[in-house]
Amino acid sequence: MVDLLEHEGKRIFRKYGIPVPVFRVIRSEKEVPDFNEKMVIKAQVPTGGRGKKGGVKIVNNREEAIRAIQEIRQIDFNGYRARRFILEKAYDIKKELYVSITLDRSVELPVLLASAEGGVDINSVPAEKILKKPINPFIGVTDYMKREAAAFLGLDGENAKTLGKIISGLYRIYDELDASLAEINPLALTSEGLVALDSKISIEDDALFRHPDVPVRYFGMDKIEVEAKKKGLSFVRLEGDIGIIANGAGLNMATIDLIAQAGGKPANFFDLGGTDDPQKVIQAIELASKVTNKVLFVNIFGGVTRCDTVANGIVQAIKQLNPKFKLVVRIRGANEEEGRRILNENGIDSILNLDEAVRRVVELAGE
Amino acid sequence: MAILVTEKDLPVIVQGITGHQGSFHAMQMKAFGTNVVGGVTPGKGGTDVGGIPVFDSVKQAVNKTGARASVVFVPAPYAPDAVIEAIDAGIQLVVIITEHIPFHDMTKLKLYAKLMGARIVGPNGPGITSVGIAKLGIMPNSIFRKGPVGVVSRSGTLTYEIVNTISESGLGETTVIGIGGDQIVGTTMQEAVRMFEKDDETKAIVVVGEIGGTAEEETAEIIKKEVSKPVVAFIAGRFAPPGKRMGHAGAIITGNRGTAQSKIQAFQEAGVSVASRPSEIPVLIKQKLGL
Repeated sequence: MVDLLEHEGKRIFRKYGIPVPVFRVIRSEKEVPDFNEKMVIKAQVPTGGRGKKGGVKIVNNREEAIRAIQEIRQIDFNGYRARRFILEKAYDIKKELYVSITLDRSVELPVLLASAEGGVDINSVPAEKILKKPINPFIGVTDYMKREAAAFLGLDGENAKTLGKIISGLYRIYDELDASLAEINPLALTSEGLVALDSKISIEDDALFRHPDVPVRYFGMDKIEVEAKKKGLSFVRLEGDIGIIANGAGLNMATIDLIAQAGGKPANFFDLGGTDDPQKVIQAIELASKVTNKVLFVNIFGGVTRCDTVANGIVQAIKQLNPKFKLVVRIRGANEEEGRRILNENGIDSILNLDEAVRRVVELAGE
Repeated sequence: MAILVTEKDLPVIVQGITGHQGSFHAMQMKAFGTNVVGGVTPGKGGTDVGGIPVFDSVKQAVNKTGARASVVFVPAPYAPDAVIEAIDAGIQLVVIITEHIPFHDMTKLKLYAKLMGARIVGPNGPGITSVGIAKLGIMPNSIFRKGPVGVVSRSGTLTYEIVNTISESGLGETTVIGIGGDQIVGTTMQEAVRMFEKDDETKAIVVVGEIGGTAEEETAEIIKKEVSKPVVAFIAGRFAPPGKRMGHAGAIITGNRGTAQSKIQAFQEAGVSVASRPSEIPVLIKQKLGL
């Protein structure tokens, strides 16, 4: 998933007719203009809770703005430093609202969410204070939904009209950009009407092929996760030291659970996927070895991926990498006899039974 | 009876049959005993794959073969079109193996299928196997054994692991359905459980869930209210960190929602036995069946 930064989202909002403050993106202190009014400086970081960490500051002139930028640069936003800043007008806010379009997995449709309790994490708002309207993607947002949302948020007249435009814009962003979330929080009610003070647009990885202009981002990812993602591999870093390679997401998760339940500490999730190429196995072992301390556990249930392919890959990888850690291989399924024979001939033990393999892994890790 | 795939001679086509995966699995399905009557790859009509005739369009394939089900291996950018083509040609059961179809397309495909009276299974799943009847998908042929257990799963290889364990224990399966690991799937866990409850041959139900979404919690509600058969569940991802997508598009804990703990608790409250490891599943089924 790609999370756009606030300023990227606000540019999209503007294009889709959603009112945003006039803003300027600042990269260095030199770019701060002279001004003499109440403005706000905001760190451009991909993490929530920015305000609480001190990433948003009210400033009245250039000197204050520069000082604010220098201060914000020192803040650690869950591992990120702000490199860009928005400078925009500080509005007199009468009320902070919330509005978004997102997928609701349980109704299997996009939903419009609106709440009068904006400016806070929507997950902390009680359900009865959130209006939720499912949207048929063949029909889109209709006028009655906009009226209902305006009434729910206590808006009328010009503000109700603007809200309608905002909802239409958000839905078009969801639909046209394949967004999984198009959110305004807070949507501020000011003396000048409704203004989107923040933006959150997340775009689905699976749809990026339709959006070559969307920047690929690796926010919140470990170095090895980034390396894996660039190679098209599915890898998640965990905190432990037992390296794991399994084929399939579910089997991977189950393998991690079994190791952890037995007292071991898994170092990663790593889906080998379906492959008939031993080279891919070698590549996988190379990557997993970077997070492995004492033991690497390869757990394969062969189907599309055949056990002999995996065995050949393992044998070559061990020859090439000459690793210091111990290896536990568990292979079952398609061509398991051939796979075991190949491993055996090369002095690598394999275990058929999953529970037994897990015991062995945890035992070796504890030595 | 089994569910979803109940006729031994159900005529099946493979969309994307000339691709690497499509051709391999078309032959595997045939070897299992599935009545694979044709394949579709636009532009390759008139050729064949291992004796299976290839057509340019689903409509041609349906006209020539009377196919009523399709297994889709078409790559993600083109898969939605392939599914619509199948539905428009009158195919009633579309099994989508393809991974990485954007969920925006799936929400629409699902509504369209409903409108046209077709059923989708998948995407991003291993398909359906009715033991002794037919296989529509990519599950390994060797793991099955005819028996009383219906299996529904969000996973692929973990399903094979579990089915293998069930078969080796001396039990066996009626139908195994892999609903897919995506956020929006054509056939839900809830629907599959309801179908197993109605199927005479199925005496026990195994539900294989994982983190993300609320399908397991909703299934637990249905089990509580409507299901008389014993149910055993397994949930993958007990030690998955929040906010990380664990391989499957749908396997993600968002905030405090979609955790394994929540699903396990929901199942336990519905009287479902939750196995802590795959090998425990047949033991729990036997206990529940008094075997």
